[in-house]
Amino acid sequence: MFAGLTRNDKLLFIGFTIAALAMPLLAWPVGANYPDLLQKFAIYGIFAIGFNILFGLTGYLSFGHAAFLGVGSYAAVWMFKGVTMNVIPAVIFGVMVSGMFAALIGFISLRRSGIYFSILTLAFAQMSYNLAYSVLTPITNGETGLQLSQDDARIIDRLFVEQGAGLPSTNLFGLEMSGYPGFYFCCVLLIIAFFISLRIQRSPFGMMLRAIKTNQVRMNYTGFNTRPYALTAFIISGMYAGLAGSLLAVTDPLAGAERMQWTASGEVVLMTILGGAGTLIGPILGAGLIKYFENIFSSYNDGLLSESFSFLPDFLNDTLVFIIGPFVGEGWSLLLGIVFMAIVIFLPGGLMEGLTRIHGWYRRRGGGDTRAADAASSRQAAE
Amino acid sequence: MDVILLQLLNGLDKGGAYALIALGLTIIFGTLGVVNFAHGALFMLGAFCAVSVQAVLTISKKVKDESITFFDAYKEVPYLEAWWGDTGAMIIDYAVPISILVAIPLMLLIGLGMERGLIRYFYKRPHAEQILVTFGLAIVVQELIKAQFGANPIPTPAPEVIAGSASIGLWFGLGEAVVYPWWRLIYLAFAGVVIASAFAFLNLTTYGMVVRAGMADRETVGLLGINIQRRFTIVFGMAAVIAGMAGVMYTPILPPDYHMGMDFLVLSFVVVVVGGMGSLSGAVLAGFMLGILQSFASMNEVKSIFPGIDQIIIYLIAVVILLVRPRGLMGRKGVMET
Amino acid sequence: MAILEVNDVNKAFGGLKALNAVNLSVEEGTVHAIIGPNGAGKSTLLNCFVGRLIPDTGSVMFNGKSLLGIKPHEINQTGVARVFQTPEIFTDLSILENVMIPAFAKLDGAFRINAWKTVGSRGEVRDMAEKVLVEVGLHEKRDVISSSLSRGDKRRLEMAMCLVQEPKLLLLDEPTAGMSRADTNNTVDLLQRVGTHITKIVIEHDMHVVFSLADHISVLAQGTVIAGGKPADIKGNPKVQEAYLGGSHA
Ligand SMILES: Nc1ncnc2c1ncn2[C@@H]1O[C@H](COP(=O)(O)OP(=O)(O)O)[C@@H](O)[C@H]1O
Ligand SMILES: [Mg+2]
Repeated sequence: MFAGLTRNDKLLFIGFTIAALAMPLLAWPVGANYPDLLQKFAIYGIFAIGFNILFGLTGYLSFGHAAFLGVGSYAAVWMFKGVTMNVIPAVIFGVMVSGMFAALIGFISLRRSGIYFSILTLAFAQMSYNLAYSVLTPITNGETGLQLSQDDARIIDRLFVEQGAGLPSTNLFGLEMSGYPGFYFCCVLLIIAFFISLRIQRSPFGMMLRAIKTNQVRMNYTGFNTRPYALTAFIISGMYAGLAGSLLAVTDPLAGAERMQWTASGEVVLMTILGGAGTLIGPILGAGLIKYFENIFSSYNDGLLSESFSFLPDFLNDTLVFIIGPFVGEGWSLLLGIVFMAIVIFLPGGLMEGLTRIHGWYRRRGGGDTRAADAASSRQAAE
Repeated sequence: MDVILLQLLNGLDKGGAYALIALGLTIIFGTLGVVNFAHGALFMLGAFCAVSVQAVLTISKKVKDESITFFDAYKEVPYLEAWWGDTGAMIIDYAVPISILVAIPLMLLIGLGMERGLIRYFYKRPHAEQILVTFGLAIVVQELIKAQFGANPIPTPAPEVIAGSASIGLWFGLGEAVVYPWWRLIYLAFAGVVIASAFAFLNLTTYGMVVRAGMADRETVGLLGINIQRRFTIVFGMAAVIAGMAGVMYTPILPPDYHMGMDFLVLSFVVVVVGGMGSLSGAVLAGFMLGILQSFASMNEVKSIFPGIDQIIIYLIAVVILLVRPRGLMGRKGVMET
Repeated sequence: MAILEVNDVNKAFGGLKALNAVNLSVEEGTVHAIIGPNGAGKSTLLNCFVGRLIPDTGSVMFNGKSLLGIKPHEINQTGVARVFQTPEIFTDLSILENVMIPAFAKLDGAFRINAWKTVGSRGEVRDMAEKVLVEVGLHEKRDVISSSLSRGDKRRLEMAMCLVQEPKLLLLDEPTAGMSRADTNNTVDLLQRVGTHITKIVIEHDMHVVFSLADHISVLAQGTVIAGGKPADIKGNPKVQEAYLGGSHA
C-alpha cells in the first residue's frame, strides 16, 4: 500500500490519519466537537479533495461540481428508499451514478478549455438544477426534496426485519449512522479519499495532470493525448463529489435540488482556493475552516454578539457590534465573499502558500541555511 | 397568431436585458481581456438605484389623518407631497425615469472605481483568477444589497400614465383583445436606442473607432502614442452605465431582489458564448435570439411536447454551439476557440 | 533513403500565400537546414509537419506514412519531436520532471492511467532523463523550477525534452535565436555531439551555425523553395545571395 512513497509522504499520511481520527479532541478547544459539525468537515473535505484533483492539478475550473454532489445525494436516498438502509450500497451507488454523470458531462465539456470549459460546466449544472425542479420531479420530488417515507419498498430490509412504526434510520450493518458512529464512518472515508489523492499526486498520472495545467500545447507535441487524462481527472473528481453527496444523505437521508445550485459549486471552488489549489492538505483545510466559521458566524446575531462583548464598556461594545454585526448571521456570506476576494488578490496560492511564505521567512531569519535547502523545503511544504 | 406576437414581444424584452448585459461583457472582454463575473451585479446595482430613489422620494412624515374623526389617526405622507402637493406626487410617480438620471453618473463612478481599484490588477492574471475575483466581488455586492434591502423583491412600479397596456392588437389588426403593457414596449425601445447608440459610438466616432482598433490590435494602437488604457477604462465605465440603466429600466417588469444579478449574469454569459466571445453584434443578436427562444419554449403547447424545455433551452443551445461552432455565431476565427 | 518527403505543399492565410508549392526531401541521418528571410514561411512549414497546421494541398510523408490529418500527439508517437521558436516547457515543474514527462510518453504511450505507482518507482524513466540532462549540461540544476531558467537554458531544456524521446526526426526552429555567441557555440557543439544518428531539420539565421551543422540546405523565400543543395553550392548560388545572403551577409 505504501510502496514507493517517500518517508515524508508516509509521515504526512500517518499524521493526517491521526489528526482525522482525533478530530473530536482537536476540535474541542474551539468548541466544534459535536458530530454534526465534524461530519461536515469530513464530507466537505472529501468534496474539496476531489475538486482539487481536477482544478488543482489540471487547472480546469469547473463551475458545476455541485451537480455531482446533488446526484450522489439523490442516488443514495433512492438506495435507502428502494433497497436497504444500510449505507454501503447507498454510498457505492451514489459514487457510481455521479461517476457516470461526470463521464457524460466531462466528455462534452472537455472539448473546450479555459473559460469556455467553466461556462459549459456551469451550463450543465444549471440545467440539472432546473430539471431537478421541474420535469424530473418524479425522481427528485421537486422543491420538497427526496425523503424517506413509510411505504418505501426497501426490498432487502423487508426480507429480514419487520418494519417499525417510525421512519428507519441509516445504519452500517445495524450500527446507526448518527452521532459519533456517523462521524467515524465519514472520517474513515475521508482518510481513504486523502490517501487516494496522495497516491494520484505522486504518480506519473498526477505528474501528467500537472503538466497539462502548465502547458497543454507542449503535452500534445510531446506525444500525450491530453483529453483522456483530463477526462479521467474529471470523472474521479465527480466521483469524489458523489461520495460527499451520498455521505450527506447518510447523515441526513434527504436530498434537495438546492445542493446543485451554482452557489454551491462556487463554495467548493472557494474552499479549494482558500486552502491552496494543487496542494494535498489545502483543500481539506479550506473546507474545514469554511464550515467551522459558517457554523459560528451564521448562528450569531446582534443580541448574542453584544452579550459576548458585555464585559466591555458600553460604547466599545456598541462599536464592536456595529462593526462585526453585518458579517454574522445572514451576513456570513458577505464575509465569505470578502475573504474570497482577498485570497485571490493577495494569496492566489491559498493558505498553504501563506504558511510556506511564513516558513521561508522564519528559516531565513534563523539563518545558516542555504537558499537551495530553503527552496527545496518550501516546495515540499507546498506539495 | 396573437399568442405568437405576445411571446415574440416577451422574448424581445427578456432578450433586451440579456443583450444589454452581454454587450457590456463583450466590450469589457474585448478591451481589457477580462472576464467579468461581476457584471450581473452592476445590472442589479442599477435596479437598486431605482429602489433607492423611490425610497428617498417617499421619505414621509406623520400627519394627522383628517378623514378619521372618531379618534386621532395618523398617516404617512411623503414630504414631497406635503410640500408640493400634486407636483410632489407626480415626482414620486416618476421615480423610475428619474432614477435613470441618478444611475448614469453613479454607475459611471462605480464602473471607473471598480476598474481602477480592482480589475486593472488582473489584466495579466489567468482567466481563472479573473473569474474568481469578480465572482467574489459579485457575492459581496449581492450580500450588501441583501443586508440593506432584505431578501424580498421590492415592487418599483412604472409611472401611472403608462401603467396600463397598449392595444397592440389594433395596430396589427388582431382585434382589441390583444394588449401589451406600455412599459414593456418602452423598455424594448430603450434597449434598441442604447444598443444603437453604443454601436454608433464605437463605429462612427473617432474615439470609438480607436477603441475598436485597440480591441483588434492593442500594441499597434499603443505605438501610435494613444493612451489606449485610459480609453479602455472609460469604456469599462460605459459598460457599467449600460448595465445599470438596463437594471433601472427593468425594475417595473421584474421587482428587483438581491439575486437578480447572478441570475442574469449566468444567462448573459451563455449569451456571450453563443454570440461569439468578442463579437458585439454577436452578443446582441444572441441576446435577442435566446430571449425569444426562451419565451417560445415556455408556451404550454411547446412544453407539452418537450417537457422542461423552457428550463434548459438556453443552456442546451450554448452546449450545441460550443461543440459545433466554438467561436459562436459571429465570433472571429481564432479568438478563444479552444 | 528519404525519411521525410514533402510534395507540392501549399498553405494560404486568407490572401497571403505562406507556402507555395513547397517540395522537400530529407535524407535519413542528415542535418537539413532551412534558411530564408523573416516571414518566408519556415515556421509555417514545420507547423505542417507536426499537425499544428494542415496544408491546403500537397502531401507530407514520414517514413512512407502521411502526417496529414493526424493529431500532434500521434505524430510525436511516430517519432517526430519539435523544438519551438519560443521555448515550450513546463514552467511550473522542475527540470528533471520536464524531461521525465516526454520519457513517459515514449515508454507508456499517449495515454495510460498509472495512478497508483509513484513516479519515483519508475527508475528507468529517471535514468533516461538524467542521462540526457548530463549530456546537455543541465544535470546540476535538475531540481530547479524551470521558469527561473535563462533563455539559453530553456532552449537547452527543450532540446533535452526532445532528445530523451530519441525521435527519428527532430525539428528545431531557430535554436540559437537570441543567444549569446558563447551559448550559440555551446548549442552547435551539443547538436554535433548528441543524437548524431537522429535526422534533424534546423531553421536557422546564423550562417555560422548553418554551415557548421548542415549536410543539406534549402532556401525558402516568400513561401517558395528557391534553391537547395550542399552548403558549398548554396554559398555560391547567386539567386540565394540576392534573396537572402546579399549585402553584408555574404
Ligand atoms: N496562423 C497564422 N495566421 C495568419 N498568418 C500567419 C500565421 N502564421 C504565419 N503567418 C504568416 O505567414 C508568413 C510566414 O510566417 P512564418 O512561417 O512564421 O515565417 P518564418 O519564415 O519567419 O518562420 C508570415 O507573413 C506570417 O505573418
Ligand atoms: Mg519562424
